[in-house]
Amino acid sequence: MTNDIHRTIDAIWRIEAAKLIASLTRMMRDVSLAEDLAQDALVIALEKWPELGIPDNPGAWLMTTAKRRAIDLIRRTKVRGQKYAELSRQLEWVTEEDIDGAIDGEIGDDLLRLIFMTCHPSLSQEARVALTLRLLCGLSTNEIARSFLVPESTIAQRIVRAKRTLSAVKIPFEVPEGAELKERLSTVLEVIYLMFNEGYSATSGEQWFKPVLCQEALRLGRVLAEIAPSEPEVHGLVALMEIQSSRLKTRVRPTGDPVLLMDQHRAQWDRLLIHRGLQALERSQRLGRTWGPYALQAAISACHAQAPTPDDTNWTRIAALYEALSRVAPSPIVELNRAVAISMAFGPEYGLQLIDELSQDQYLKDYHLLPSVRGELLMKLGRKEEAREALLRAAAMTQNTREQELLMKKAADCEQ
Amino acid sequence: MRFMMIVKATTDSEAGKLPSQELIEAMHKYNEELVKAGVMLAGDGLMPSSSGIRISYPEPGGKPKVVDGPFTEAKEMIAGYTLIEVKSREEAIEWALRMPDPHGFGQGEIELRQVYESEDLTSDAEFLSKEAELRKQLMEKQRS
Repeated sequence: MTNDIHRTIDAIWRIEAAKLIASLTRMMRDVSLAEDLAQDALVIALEKWPELGIPDNPGAWLMTTAKRRAIDLIRRTKVRGQKYAELSRQLEWVTEEDIDGAIDGEIGDDLLRLIFMTCHPSLSQEARVALTLRLLCGLSTNEIARSFLVPESTIAQRIVRAKRTLSAVKIPFEVPEGAELKERLSTVLEVIYLMFNEGYSATSGEQWFKPVLCQEALRLGRVLAEIAPSEPEVHGLVALMEIQSSRLKTRVRPTGDPVLLMDQHRAQWDRLLIHRGLQALERSQRLGRTWGPYALQAAISACHAQAPTPDDTNWTRIAALYEALSRVAPSPIVELNRAVAISMAFGPEYGLQLIDELSQDQYLKDYHLLPSVRGELLMKLGRKEEAREALLRAAAMTQNTREQELLMKKAADCEQ
Repeated sequence: MRFMMIVKATTDSEAGKLPSQELIEAMHKYNEELVKAGVMLAGDGLMPSSSGIRISYPEPGGKPKVVDGPFTEAKEMIAGYTLIEVKSREEAIEWALRMPDPHGFGQGEIELRQVYESEDLTSDAEFLSKEAELRKQLMEKQRS
């Protein structure tokens, strides 16, 4: 029974945590303090609810409790001002009236301010991801540590340090405006997509994907689409994640072996997520005059999603979309993908030509997909010996054991 | 994990009578909350069974029987559904509890059902070990 109620409290916490922390950060002007107060409220709930039952409006209950703690804290620090010098300096500008009279503003605005804070450029990339998972997704330190396969203490430290930085730099709790908005928003989107990708494909180790992070990133993306509905790239990112998620279940066999896009069982793709992705893409396109990098990637992903069989893939369109992408977000990886699309649309010899040009690129020197793609194209051209060499080289370069096995198998196939 | 929140039909919903303006607004607000929390995947309301069709197979291997609505036993029919993506069974229950009483005159009923996902199969350790065992047996058979 107590376990049941604890699991229920967990579920309520997951629903309420971000909103609670966001509102408290607005009141206390400090995210660290806000989280502490929210946690205090949770502890009190864990004590009281098993006995008193779950209140009708648990969110409001938690908020009231946290506010009461905040007022207690202000009173105490004022009495013992000297002893708690640091805290009292922090609280100097917050009065009891601020908290008592705090109007429940549009919660979406607070959440948006909070995500701009947890994804602030003054934090390291790793810290942004950890803090966002913790404060906006309500994940415990332990859960975050498990998804990144690092010790819990590492994540705990990362979060403490991040909060300290935010307090020290005195990051205002606001949504950036004007030209700054675009730049800061792209940092937020980057954090969410990084989270998603970390879940989608592990760079090393036995695990091919870690769905928890994918789900959290997608959920956060959907939330962001509601609180920042006029930003085309937000919908572009959501579209990309929805469509990629539609293939989550088909990308791996029960044995753990990866299945490549062209070999996946398309009937098992999640139609609902594809539909949601296409809708999000449409929403993005209605808003944007030009396509941003996420919308373009989503459009490419949509081409695959809309092809009933691999042979129906509109490679000419994909090649054109990659070309557009290489203009707004130039990278050797995009070029590599463009080469693949071109070879599919116009023949392997055209793709190979591009790949060989790319091989000169400094950044791609250690990138295993380059020899991997080169091997595939050579195989199609019947140049088996060269293909085998390239595939073996690719296998030696990747860290992912599953991928390694797949490449070795392909190399062996060349000998037949 | 995915859950379907199924709203059961009532005598009113079967009669095609719309809920009160107040309830419609409350439902709107609730759906908005689901969307804003990023958990709502899809949802629809269904027309009364008077426009429904039932296809049954009274005899195994026999021809299907097609019957036009309306059907009786309102409680066994559904009036609408909402599909949500949540992290736990408890979270699904919590969301379902926050839905306004869908009919408001004593007949409101919501049923929560978890949706099968193939992950359930692939992440199951027992299933994986069975797979592996089967594979081994096949290999041995081929060898002998």
